Order: sequence, then C-alpha cells, then structure tokens
Amino acid sequence: MRTRGRRLLRTVFSEQAAAIALIVPSLVAVAVFVYGFIGWSALVSVSEWDTVRPDYTYVGLRNFRDLFDNFRFQIDIRNTVVFTVFFVGACLVIGFVVASILDRHIMGEGLFRSIYLFPMAVSFIVTGVVWRWLLAPRAGVNILFDKAGADALENGWYTNPDVVYVHASSPLGEALQAVGLGFLADANFGIPLAMFSVVIAATWQMSGFVMVMYLAGLRAIPEEIKEAARVDGASELQIQRHISLPLLRPVTLSAMIILGHQSLKIFDLVVSMTRRGPGFATDVPALYMFETTFQGNRFSHGAAISIVMLLAVSVLVVPYLFWSLRKEARL
Amino acid sequence: MTIRWTRVAMYTVLVLFALLYLMPIYVLLVTGLKSFEEVSLEQMWNLPSGLQFDSFREAYGKLDSNLANSFKMVIPATIVSCALGSINGYVLTKWRFPGSDVVFFLLLFGMFIPYQSVLIPLVRTLQQMHLYGSLWGLALTHVVYGIPITTLIFRNYYANIPTELVEAAKIDGASIFGIYTRIVFPLSLPGFVVVAIWQFTSIWNDFLFAATVTSNPNIQPVTVALNNLAGSFIVEWNVQMAGALIAALPTLVVYVVLGRFFVRGLMAGALRG
Repeated sequence: MRTRGRRLLRTVFSEQAAAIALIVPSLVAVAVFVYGFIGWSALVSVSEWDTVRPDYTYVGLRNFRDLFDNFRFQIDIRNTVVFTVFFVGACLVIGFVVASILDRHIMGEGLFRSIYLFPMAVSFIVTGVVWRWLLAPRAGVNILFDKAGADALENGWYTNPDVVYVHASSPLGEALQAVGLGFLADANFGIPLAMFSVVIAATWQMSGFVMVMYLAGLRAIPEEIKEAARVDGASELQIQRHISLPLLRPVTLSAMIILGHQSLKIFDLVVSMTRRGPGFATDVPALYMFETTFQGNRFSHGAAISIVMLLAVSVLVVPYLFWSLRKEARL
Repeated sequence: MTIRWTRVAMYTVLVLFALLYLMPIYVLLVTGLKSFEEVSLEQMWNLPSGLQFDSFREAYGKLDSNLANSFKMVIPATIVSCALGSINGYVLTKWRFPGSDVVFFLLLFGMFIPYQSVLIPLVRTLQQMHLYGSLWGLALTHVVYGIPITTLIFRNYYANIPTELVEAAKIDGASIFGIYTRIVFPLSLPGFVVVAIWQFTSIWNDFLFAATVTSNPNIQPVTVALNNLAGSFIVEWNVQMAGALIAALPTLVVYVVLGRFFVRGLMAGALRG
C-alpha cells in the first residue's frame, strides 16, 4: 500500500512536470516577445539611435524631454484626450440606451443586435476607407444634409482645421466642469473639430460592443428587484436610473477601460481615414511613432513615444486586471 | 395608451440606429454596383440603374493576390493559435502549479500592451531570423501575440469542465496526455470555434503588424493593400469602395454564419468584468 501511494505520488509529480513543460514554450515566447521586447524598447528609448545604424549610447531621459517639449507630441496628447473622452462617452451612452430598449421584450431583438454589432467584425482600415468618403466635404453625409435642406449641418468634417477653445465661464465650459471634464475648458487646451469625424467612425465600429456588454449586465439583474420597485410605484425611467445603472457600474468600468485603452493606441483608423489632418488636428501618438520610426529612422524617439503609450495603457489596465482577477478568485 | 406610445418610440429609436449602422454598407453596395459613367459624388446615394460588377472586377484584379496572402497567413496562424491556447488553458485550469495565477496575470497583460512598444525589437529579431518581410514572419508574430487571448478564452471555457472528472482520472493513473485526449479535447469543440473565429477575425483585420513586417507589396495582406489603394490618387473612389467590401467579406461571412460564437469571444475578451 505504501509503495503504491508513493508511486502515485511520483507519477503525479512527473505529470505536473509534464504540465509545466507543455506551457513553457508559450511562456518563453511571451516572456521574450512581450517583456523582453518592452525592455529592449525601453533601452532604445534612452539611447542615441537616430539613424539607420543602431547606436545604444546612453543619453538618459533626453529623448523623453525632447518629446514632451515637441509641439506635435503636445498636440497628440491633446488629441488623444479629446478622442478618448468623446469616443468613450458616445459608446457608453449609445450602448446603454440601445441595450435598455433591447432588454424590454423587443420583436426582432436578435436581428437588431446583429446589425448593431456587425461593424465589430470589420477591419478599422475598411471603416476608415468608407467613412473617409461618407464624411468627405463634397460627398456623403453633406449631400444628404443638402437634400434635406439642413445646409447648416454641412461642414468640412475631417478637413475642418478649426480648434474650439471653450471658456471656463461659458455655459458649455460650466457644463463640462459639472461632469468632471473641466480640463477641456482650459484656455490652452482646445478641441480640434476634425477629430469628431474619427470619433463618429470609431463609435460606429465599437458601440455595438458596449451594447452587448450592457445587455448581458441588464439580463443578470434579478427581475424581482425591478418588480419590487414597480410595486412601490417607480417609473421605468426611475428604475433604470436608480436600480439598473448603479448595478451596472462594473460593466461601465470594464467598458471604459477596454475602450479607453483602445483609444490610447488608435492607429489603423486614423491612417486609413484622415492621417495627420489639417494642422495635426487628427494626429495621434501611434501615427507619430510609426512615421518617426519607420519613415524617419529616428528609432530612439519612436521608442520613447511607444514607452509613453505603454505607461499610459498600464496605468489604466494594471489596476483593472488586479481588480478582475481578485473578483474572480472570490467567486 | 401611453404604453403603446413608448413602444412606438422604442422601435423608432431602434430602427433609426439600425439605418445609421447599415448606411456605410448601403453606400458600399450601391457604389460598387454602379457603372463607371454613373459614379459621381453627387449621386452617391442614388440606386444604380442596373447591376454592373465592373468596380468589383477592377478592385478584385488589384487585390486578389493580397487576398491570397491573407488566407495563406491567417489560416495556419489561426490553427497554431488554437492549439497553443487549448494546451495553455488546460494546464492553467486542470494542472495548476504554484505561481500559476501570477503567470496568468503576466500573460493577460500582454493582451493589452500597445504593440508599438515591441515593434522595433520585433523587426530586428525577425530580420535576424530571416523571417522579416515574409508571411511566415507575420504569422509567427500573430501566433505569439495571440497567446494571451487564446489562453484566456480556453481557460474560461475549461473552468466549466468539472475538475472532479479530471481528478478521478488522475487517481486512476491517467496521464496528462490521456486526460486531454480522452476527456478535455472531446468537450472542446465550442471553445475551438470561439477561438478560431476570434483569431481569424483579428488577424485578418490587423494592420499594424502587417504594415510593419511586410514591406514588399507582393506579400502584403489585404488590409495593407487596401490602405495603399485608398491612399492612391489614381484609383477611383468606387473601386476603393468595392475593394473595401471585398476585404471585409471573409470576416463578414464568418460573422453572419457564426455570429453567436463571435459574441462569446468578444465577451471573453472583456474579462466578463
């Protein structure tokens, strides 16, 4: 009996070793291609390497200082903030509104859901090509406005070079401050109008995803809670506002993190739709990084941009990963 | 009575949104089906007078080799991704080892990084391996950076296979391979479908890696070729539109036929917050 137990123990141990051996190739690949390469990029970002030929002479944080003093990069940061705020905001509002309607015994729910979600299956490049023509100044949506007699709505879309500066004391500025977006009303900030074209295309592509997340969240709310509120005389809107929304807070947080980290890296859509835009109005860090590195051969600057992007994404994602894994462990 | 009016309002909102979401597809279709004489920006919204496939023919002539490149690269990469994800998910759920949670966390983080932060080393490494500028190099890239998401989806999927089943087999002396081939793998088909669709769609739609790793036009996948087509001033916009629809077609077909599994991949990617 003892020998049998020991043999079992030994096989379990060797099986456990085999299990680890199975997963090792993937772990090594990720260790090298993710963590090793990030370290390598970090090394490039503090080096002199500014030509085709690698040069790893250490220059400290000089490239980062140059970057934050750089006019184009400052605009890129502003553009990313503007894009993130309006893109995430639009997706959350549309996703929630559509999901709460779809949750109420809608005929053809499956069909509607499929229609809202299909843009997710399409490449950002395709989206960019199509919306470039839909929002071209003398085509697409402007023609529709013209036919409908809504000439006032016609505009230059992504060719519009205007940057709007919102005064903190104006009604809009006060409204922004009220919802915690006061920085958009900063005198030096400015909102590039061309960016809204990119926001529209990106929202078209991604809002269906938020809708699906909210719909799953709404379906998980027990009907008894809503029923009890109804018995107490609450209206459907009150139920949405005071019961569903608070219970959906984790869904909102997940959606914000996922969309937010995507907008920090947005690249494909901008490349195929607008590129830099007038006066860098639709320029983003990923585009700057790509052009600097692979067209300008300024590798250390490109690496510095990529490290800033990585840090920005990490600030958002790492706490979220901790939060969701801990929550999972508690279940 | 008020109830009825709210329902009318609800359906109106849904239909309006549906029209808005379908608008680009409508424009893609009517533009692609018009004859070259009919195509003008002013008539963008008009229906074509008849069915003309000239734009599609011309766009296909410009993109056919790139479509083939995409298939040649996406299919092997998807298959390998599925295999790796399944094995990793199996080990991380049924053969947990000390530190496996930390390993999982480190894997997951790889899913969110901006790939810009690995591009320069990636190019150098692929050059050293003589894989730079080849479809194999691009496929390898997608397999490696696909490990986190495929592992995550399979791990969530295998968490639903009762551990008692696996423990009982372990007591009976079944090996790690035996348990996989006889118990886990036969139950895995839906998991494989979800992961295959996810990887097929995201690798097909990728642009950043493709544009970085393949500079030679002869081996570029269709997303890069479409972007070049759209950036060229000599290509008519109706041909660009037809090209966009051609490039989107494979993933759209997958979505229409297997949409249910696509949504499951999507939700897994969201970590089910």
